[in-house]
Amino acid sequence: MTELILESTWQTILMVTLSSVIGLLVGIPLGVFLFITDKGHLCQNLWINRSASLIINAIRSIPYIILVIALIPMTRLIVGTSIGTLAATVPLSIAAIMLFVRIVEDALRIVPTGLTEAALSMGATRMQVTKKVLLPEALPSIVSGSTLVIISLIGFSAMAGAVGGGGLGDLAIRYGYQRYNLTVVLEVIAILVVMVQCIQVLGDRITKKIRK
Amino acid sequence: MDTQAQEPILELNGIYKSFVDKTGDKVGVLQDISLAIPQGSITGIIGKSGAGKSTLLRCMNLLERPDQGNVFFEGTDLTQAPRDILRQKRHHLGMIFQHFNLLSRRTLEDNVALPLEIAGHPKAKRRKTAQSLLNRLGLSDRENDYPSNLSGGQKQRVAIARALAGNARVLLCDEITSALDPETTTDILHLLRTLRDELNLTIILITHEMSVIRAICDHVFVMDAGKVAEQGPAEHIFSRPKHPATQALLKPFLKQSIPEFIQDRLQEKLCETKENKAILRLIFSGASAQEPLVSQFIRKAHTDVNILAGFMDQIGDTTFGTLVVEIPNNPAILEQTCTFLSTRGVAVEQLGFITHD
Repeated sequence: MTELILESTWQTILMVTLSSVIGLLVGIPLGVFLFITDKGHLCQNLWINRSASLIINAIRSIPYIILVIALIPMTRLIVGTSIGTLAATVPLSIAAIMLFVRIVEDALRIVPTGLTEAALSMGATRMQVTKKVLLPEALPSIVSGSTLVIISLIGFSAMAGAVGGGGLGDLAIRYGYQRYNLTVVLEVIAILVVMVQCIQVLGDRITKKIRK
Repeated sequence: MDTQAQEPILELNGIYKSFVDKTGDKVGVLQDISLAIPQGSITGIIGKSGAGKSTLLRCMNLLERPDQGNVFFEGTDLTQAPRDILRQKRHHLGMIFQHFNLLSRRTLEDNVALPLEIAGHPKAKRRKTAQSLLNRLGLSDRENDYPSNLSGGQKQRVAIARALAGNARVLLCDEITSALDPETTTDILHLLRTLRDELNLTIILITHEMSVIRAICDHVFVMDAGKVAEQGPAEHIFSRPKHPATQALLKPFLKQSIPEFIQDRLQEKLCETKENKAILRLIFSGASAQEPLVSQFIRKAHTDVNILAGFMDQIGDTTFGTLVVEIPNNPAILEQTCTFLSTRGVAVEQLGFITHD
């Protein structure tokens, strides 16, 4: 049993870490893109902005369990199979991207517009404004928002069982719900609480350290 | 200071700018603005909020692109310049803001070095320039501090250092003292004047406070409803405001020259049953403020002059003052007064009458 719990914990960590990394890698540029193409910003392009926003909102409105099933063909294309931990990471990454995009966009939105104006008045290019002003100033909010996203991803990963992805959530459903083994459920809950606490504390510390 | 003879460093020609408001209507924020800023001058642009002054300032470095018209900086038409030329020119058009706009996550040194970083200068040079500027502006030893640990006045000093770092020849100042207390305001304005004298900077300030103009400006543009309502040397604008917008902005200043107890008794019409005295306001500026004109006049007109109130002040380098006087209500004397004083450069304004029992 201990082995099973350890394996499931590892699967959860793997899924959440992978999808967070992918989410950040894609979500940050996409969030920046959505922000700067919005009305009154650096590269205003309302047509592209509204279309991208519409697609993101559409994906976000799909309940996660349905997204997992809907993405099966895409998962098969990317991972080669639609079953297993790696396969479960695909829909989780998509969800992560959608969450990170909004976090990044909101974080950029609270950077005072005067800072952009100041940088432009110094002769900065739009790329320089983004890299030297917007992203560094938004970083503390991006980190604190990311903490929340990663915690939500742990929640989402519980549904990985639907495509045989394993993980703690899957373990709790199979042993706790289907065989009514309450001990397993409690153990899983304990591990999840510790995990979430660690992420929260770490996130808060980093945010505090980088916010001057 | 004679700055008029020189070639202007910045020139705006027929600038129009309009925005679309919430209801979808087009609002002309700037309507046919033309102005020339002489090299080395301190120019004030004043107007109440919504007069378009902030937009006008942003047109000078093209943060706002005018719908029509040209902006010449050192002979280059910025509106026609390609993007990279415009960016190069902006290095020499420093800008400072009401809310400082410092980067919260950079140290003071890195804040000041930002324009140099943008221009691609090597790190050693950036460090050296930033530190020497911070020293010059009285912030030595604080280069590793963060903006959140500074007072408003100190933040504005860092912002000025940053604006100068890119080798600015013009400083565009956007309501830079509106978030500061009066004492700090005076400090910052004196600092700007010193920098102008030492570095031969050209400074353009927008403000809604006449006191800022009074403290340092050589030349004033009064904006009203998207147009230049009035312009001229600061002392002229103060002593002889012509446009209603200017008069409205000056009201707090002029009011203090008529004490309330006189204001209360002041009447517009003559009172038939009592003895009337005429109340005049005499406005002196420049040379007329230095001469003993009142005593000269008394001797000449053989009349009594009762001084009710008065104040003297300096606007830029020019002395400026007003006197409120009471003279007998006699048409001959009144006319003589006006002629005598007007020919000597004093503006005379008849405020009304006061009755004596």
